[in-house]
Amino acid sequence: MLGLFSPEEAMIYALAAPLLGMLGIMLADKAPNVREGITLITAGVTFYLVLIVFNSVAQGARPEVPLFEMMPGLSLSFKLEPLGALFSLIASGLWIVNSLYSIGYMRGTNEKHQTRFYMCFALAIVAALGIAWSANLITFFLFYEALTLSTFLLVTHKGDEKAMRGGNIYLGILMGTSIALLLPAIVLTYVLTGGGDFTEGGILAGSLDEHSWVVMGLLALYMFGIGKAALMPIHSWLPNAMVAPTPVSAFLHAVAVVKAGVFGVMKVALYIFGTDFLSQSGANIAFIWIAALSILLASAIAMAQDNLKARLAYSTVSQLAYISLGAMLANSMGVMGGSMQIAMHALGKMTLFMCAGAIYVAHHKTLVSEMSGLGRKMPITFGLFFIGALSIIGLPPMGGMWPKFFLMVGAADAGQLAIIFVLALSSVLNVIYLLSIPIKAFYMAPDNHHGLAEIEPPPWRWSDREEAPFLCLLPPLLTAVGTIALFFLVGDLYKFLSPLIGGA
Amino acid sequence: MDFIAQLPVLPVVLPFVAAPLCLLLPAGRAPWVWATLVAWATFALSLILLEQVWINGTISYAMGGWSAPMGIAYRIDLTNGMVLALISFVAAVVFPYAGPSVRDEIAHKQTPAFYTALLLCFAGLIGVTITGDAFNVFVFLEISSLSTYVLVAMGAGRDRRALTAAFNYLVMGTIGATFFVIGLGLLYMATGTLNMIDLHERLVGQDNRVVKAAFAFIVTGLGLKLAMLPLHLWLPPAYSYAPSSITAFLAATATKVAVYIMLRFLYTVFGFDFPFLSVALDFFLILGVAGMFVASLAAMFQDDIKMMLAYSSVAQIGYMLLGISLGTVDGVAAGLLHLVNHAFMKAALFMAVGCVVLRLGSHQLSAFQGLAKRMPWTAWGMVIAAMSLAGIPGTAGFISKFALLQASFDKGGLTPTIAGFLIVLSSLLAVVYLMRVVRVMLQPLPESGPFTKPVVRPPLLMRVSLWVMVLANIYFGLQGGGLIALTRRAASILMGVDAGGAM
Repeated sequence: MLGLFSPEEAMIYALAAPLLGMLGIMLADKAPNVREGITLITAGVTFYLVLIVFNSVAQGARPEVPLFEMMPGLSLSFKLEPLGALFSLIASGLWIVNSLYSIGYMRGTNEKHQTRFYMCFALAIVAALGIAWSANLITFFLFYEALTLSTFLLVTHKGDEKAMRGGNIYLGILMGTSIALLLPAIVLTYVLTGGGDFTEGGILAGSLDEHSWVVMGLLALYMFGIGKAALMPIHSWLPNAMVAPTPVSAFLHAVAVVKAGVFGVMKVALYIFGTDFLSQSGANIAFIWIAALSILLASAIAMAQDNLKARLAYSTVSQLAYISLGAMLANSMGVMGGSMQIAMHALGKMTLFMCAGAIYVAHHKTLVSEMSGLGRKMPITFGLFFIGALSIIGLPPMGGMWPKFFLMVGAADAGQLAIIFVLALSSVLNVIYLLSIPIKAFYMAPDNHHGLAEIEPPPWRWSDREEAPFLCLLPPLLTAVGTIALFFLVGDLYKFLSPLIGGA
Repeated sequence: MDFIAQLPVLPVVLPFVAAPLCLLLPAGRAPWVWATLVAWATFALSLILLEQVWINGTISYAMGGWSAPMGIAYRIDLTNGMVLALISFVAAVVFPYAGPSVRDEIAHKQTPAFYTALLLCFAGLIGVTITGDAFNVFVFLEISSLSTYVLVAMGAGRDRRALTAAFNYLVMGTIGATFFVIGLGLLYMATGTLNMIDLHERLVGQDNRVVKAAFAFIVTGLGLKLAMLPLHLWLPPAYSYAPSSITAFLAATATKVAVYIMLRFLYTVFGFDFPFLSVALDFFLILGVAGMFVASLAAMFQDDIKMMLAYSSVAQIGYMLLGISLGTVDGVAAGLLHLVNHAFMKAALFMAVGCVVLRLGSHQLSAFQGLAKRMPWTAWGMVIAAMSLAGIPGTAGFISKFALLQASFDKGGLTPTIAGFLIVLSSLLAVVYLMRVVRVMLQPLPESGPFTKPVVRPPLLMRVSLWVMVLANIYFGLQGGGLIALTRRAASILMGVDAGGAM
């Protein structure tokens, strides 16, 4: 079944399939059913192809596909390693889920320009796959910018003043940091080492004195230059991107775009600096603390947000900093925790976003304070929200528990005991700002914003439900089941990712 | 007569002979077809020439059999071979484009005169590029400049302000030329020769006021011609009010040739052992960086798109100067690379604007609203060229920006490193002013105002020419290796001449 194409072919086809799909979507502009059919088929085919690639990596292969030689020593080429394979699998798998959800949401809210919407989505997937598989910094940078540009139209989808302002901040910060900081970092790396290939163990070790201030400067350029990682203070584009339709927030701003950022951070830490070099240089300590601050501050800000999507966005900023933290701990358990968080957070946060969208589709409510008592009308939605929230908080039996576990071990290994406390405190904050939402929905009276229900409500009946359309419910159900499944599958995931930390 | 032996002189002779013949042709399509054919033939010749130089090394040609230093020598190495190929490529793409565009902008009976001036300008630019004689540079520079004034003034059919723009340009350009020729006079006084190689040999060891004054006059004169800040004021109005095809042609060639000839004087004529050179390079660094920021800031506030792009040209010349000012082979190579790539992107951008001018009669920002719907090929071509100008990876602009950054970081030291960061900061300004246009193009069509009427698509020929340029941007963005090798070799030969003289 998976032997139809060689992994190299599958990579090329997986990148080409969404582009072809995009063409089909454009041609089927006037026939929405055909158009959505093409989207789903394209997503399915892409996922199948990525699965082939993933499978080959699991068996130890490292397929390579060189495309163009842009400059001597600078080529556009792809090379796989476990982290990229994992990221591509998550992105393409969740694209299917999200396409289903988009159909329910976009039709449920009668959005305009739906053809453009699906086309940009397909383009964003190509960019995300390109990032996941990039063999060197320049390829990464190319697709990184492509992802920014293709998602810009999605962020400004509504086209009104507010969307344009959000879009400007989005583009300004992401493009600004990438050109002003990331590009010089890449060129510096190129000048220092004569290349920019992602290589196991890093490439800087031989060409730079580890105690030189250049290491610190270069690391800062990378950490803040990869703005998609949303490390504070480069995070404000993410809440502003919430003006986009919810499927965009769910998929791009919980999975593809932000994960591309932290994935980049992880890649740079592992394959450019190398964890040994990084931990010996001591430059990572400052960033451990910036990430820790980011975790706590963003959680604190999230608590003050009444708009559900804004609250989730700040929660994302906080959760992304876990991955940066894992990369900066620069030891095997930290890297493992950070890498797992890429997968776990994707499923959990996407569940939450899709529930938020379902609430909007069914009842047009966006503020947490309006959601009192809504659980009676939308028990399934809030039930799924509860599961997603538990995973983000990091409670068993949800997959979200494992990254926190590994990160704490990593922090202990790195001798940063205070970080363990930070992680624990963050989980407490998560409990407050996430679990308060389903509690409010289930236990409070609809028109009472403060106290519990004063009068005993009539007994609940199945017919009380006013849920969102089926296609807005099935996708979060799938991802919620996914978070539970990953709790039990963690052994396989660990084995798959172990080459990152030098294991077989 | 052996064809190959006469080859070096043909690219300049052909358009020169063709120009007066063009005046005799009947008004209408004939002069355009004639000019286009000449441009194509010249392009073919210059490619053959470039190949010859690449294989066999520098070619010298003595005009009329009078050998240098007595006669006028043509000397083609990789640097000017490349610039020659660039100019004739731009001409070969822009001249076909000019046909439909000019029909709308120039009176029917003026067409022979227009194409004659265009061919003269073309011939002049080529002459400047391939001559090895300093005074000959001046002659050709004036031929191209005088015809440029005429061409800019011909924009008066659409906008009367073209006349003042041309007059301003004439005054400033003539001052520049005068400075240049004064400098040449002083050099002749000090050395008794005008041949570039000969000049260099006799200048070695000379460090007196006459030579210093000559250097200052020449650099200032050329600085005016290449629109180095703060001598750039003639450029934005001239580009803005000239006919569309002329703007596209000039933006991609005229300043580039001036940059080339500046390089030639700095490194071939004066050379590294000239003690004043480092002072000039420091000036270039400061003026280049200032140009990058001042002109980019000015571009951000222009509602006239041609004006905006013209200011952007001034800023981009700052990048080239910065590369040259590094004084390393990598730096000069990066400057040359940006010279070539910038020609591609600016030609594409101005050609796209020309399509809009043809159909909507305006190059104000408001005319671009909803362009992606109205003229998708033009709009998306413009978006790609804008991405190239902003330096988005996958386009030619990225390669040259990368090379510039690499050259400045490679040089080491504090100033070049800071200059590197200033390059990226100023390219952010470019993103800002280009995004402004792109956003307007992606908006829905205007519902009120002067631009509500539906328009027909621009002629196929214009769109094809535009896209040839756009594809050049993509091609050199993905396969930049050959061009980089070419510029690097050209730069080392250019600078190696001096190393040889010094050792």
